[in-house]
Amino acid sequence: MQTNSFFNTLLADSGARWFLGCLLALVTLVPVLNGLVSQDSVFHIPTYAVSLMGKYLCFALLALSLDLVWGYCGILSLGHGAFFALGGYAFGMHLMREIGERGVYGHPVLPDFMVFLNWENLPWYWWGFDSFIFSILMVLLIPGLLALVFGWFAFRSRVTGVYLSIITQALTYALMLAFFLNELGFGGNNGLTDFKDVLGIELQADSTRRGLFIISALALAGGFVLCRWLLKTHYGKVLLAVRDAESRSRFLGYRTANYKLFAFVVAAMLAGLAGALYVPQVGIINPGEFSPLNSIEIVIWVAVGGRGTLYGAALGAIVVNLAKTWFTGAMPELWLFVLGGMFVVVTVLLPRGIVGIQFYRDKLFQHRLKTPLKPSGSESSS
Amino acid sequence: MNQPVLAHGEKILNESILYLDGVTVTFDGFRALNNLSILLEHGELRAIIGPNGAGKTTMMDVITGKIRPDQGDVFYHNQTINLATLDESEIAQLGIGRKFQKPTVFEQQSVSDNLYLALKANRGIWAALSFKPSRTQQELVEQVLERIRLIERQNDPAGSLSHGQKQWLEIGMLLVQDAQLLLVDEPAAGMTDAETEQTAELLQEISGTKSVMVVEHDMEFVKALDCRVSVLHEGSVLAEGTHSEVQSNATVIEVYLGR
Repeated sequence: MQTNSFFNTLLADSGARWFLGCLLALVTLVPVLNGLVSQDSVFHIPTYAVSLMGKYLCFALLALSLDLVWGYCGILSLGHGAFFALGGYAFGMHLMREIGERGVYGHPVLPDFMVFLNWENLPWYWWGFDSFIFSILMVLLIPGLLALVFGWFAFRSRVTGVYLSIITQALTYALMLAFFLNELGFGGNNGLTDFKDVLGIELQADSTRRGLFIISALALAGGFVLCRWLLKTHYGKVLLAVRDAESRSRFLGYRTANYKLFAFVVAAMLAGLAGALYVPQVGIINPGEFSPLNSIEIVIWVAVGGRGTLYGAALGAIVVNLAKTWFTGAMPELWLFVLGGMFVVVTVLLPRGIVGIQFYRDKLFQHRLKTPLKPSGSESSS
Repeated sequence: MNQPVLAHGEKILNESILYLDGVTVTFDGFRALNNLSILLEHGELRAIIGPNGAGKTTMMDVITGKIRPDQGDVFYHNQTINLATLDESEIAQLGIGRKFQKPTVFEQQSVSDNLYLALKANRGIWAALSFKPSRTQQELVEQVLERIRLIERQNDPAGSLSHGQKQWLEIGMLLVQDAQLLLVDEPAAGMTDAETEQTAELLQEISGTKSVMVVEHDMEFVKALDCRVSVLHEGSVLAEGTHSEVQSNATVIEVYLGR
């Protein structure tokens, strides 16, 4: 009964209804238009586009996970890409093991890059990744564990604000440098690639691409519902209280560090899942994913879409990446200026992002109404 | 143990809700609290007055664990617990509630959610994930909403309340928290005369079952509280007594009232 009432309130929110409705439409329409409509038809969606959309959905899940900690808990993580990349690497390791003897060097156990480095044995931290179930667990546990340890130290020491942002940035930068090393055993500069199949299904097949797209959409919907549920519980109210007045919450008896830590770990796991779904769709994971610039981009997605709404973050990720795909094709040298410009415009003019459009309209409308009535009145409108 | 300079007998030491013993706090060489000793009995209502910089807020910070004293002990509940070794959330869970000088409510959340956040309950994460208010808890929140005159506003964001209403909401939060010791910093600031009077009545009502310590500047309000008054000056207690005793004390007049 309680879950029932949760879904009722979830669907009572028009933003959430639209978001879930659009996802449902995508999940049903895209595979049909790709698989059942003939290639000559104008309605046909080519497979590369299905994968591209799948990639956007992974980014949307990543943005959603950042919004959980940034929008609802005030933790501006500038290293959120690290969790995404770790999830991607964990699943990439499984895909590498799946290649087996089909690698260039034909070694039954060792991935190509290890043979190339003259390694004799599989390092211990690669053990178990031949199992799909184990790999999926690692996709969630490795980012979760890193977030747990990192957050435990940061939140216990009461590191907040810009200092926290800087150390999250340092974290992802350190990981990037580490993953560039060949000796670390993750393929160094080249990362992990040349994947063949997953669970015995060929990765390049159209049907696999559709399947991955559908799973990505479902993961995004699931992540959205999970976050909404978390925020609706008493825990979520405390989280908002911590965001708005952390010290006050402590005086009410809440261990605020633990509350932040929990949200941070959940967000890291969702980011890891997004990374794991991203890797088979783009076919590669390399240390570039840890780059600080990537993490900053995620923040921009959330800001552009609208922070603190969840669906806004997802929308922002999709809109910005659509723009990125277009600009990097049409005028690549301009893209970074456009990205920076978007961030500036949103920060200055649209503090609530794209999804705040209703709010700006109301404000504008109110302002127009007020002006003729109270010509000398104050500007302030609440 | 040093005997504090207090009007209370030895026996009463063991029946105290709060007993600060020789507390000293120094900020960069400035002694905000200087060997401060103060004792509060169970169910007592006590007003703390003193000029700016006398150490009133620092004392509250020490009791609630925001500041660790350099020296001295802070005993709670018949000297069974030393608060100086605990952190803010542990102290709050022991039943010590605080209302800040500047009203701090959770502005984005509704008035009733503010009360539910303060409601006495398990503060753990797992408990919070599955928390559902019981019938009694709902009734308690409703009663308190009634008592602080915010029942009509219960679904409005707390940020939309007036200054005085926020003060009342904070007092309401202390009530649902079921604090045994209430530390109330300037409750009458920003209130109308009628509201001030009601606040004094409310605090009097609360004391008796709970212990209340009120820091206040407004002498009219202190008079209305009609309780024991401690005068703080330069980090220690200058005088203690009834409102009229304190008001006629020559030293107090010199450092504070007569300015």
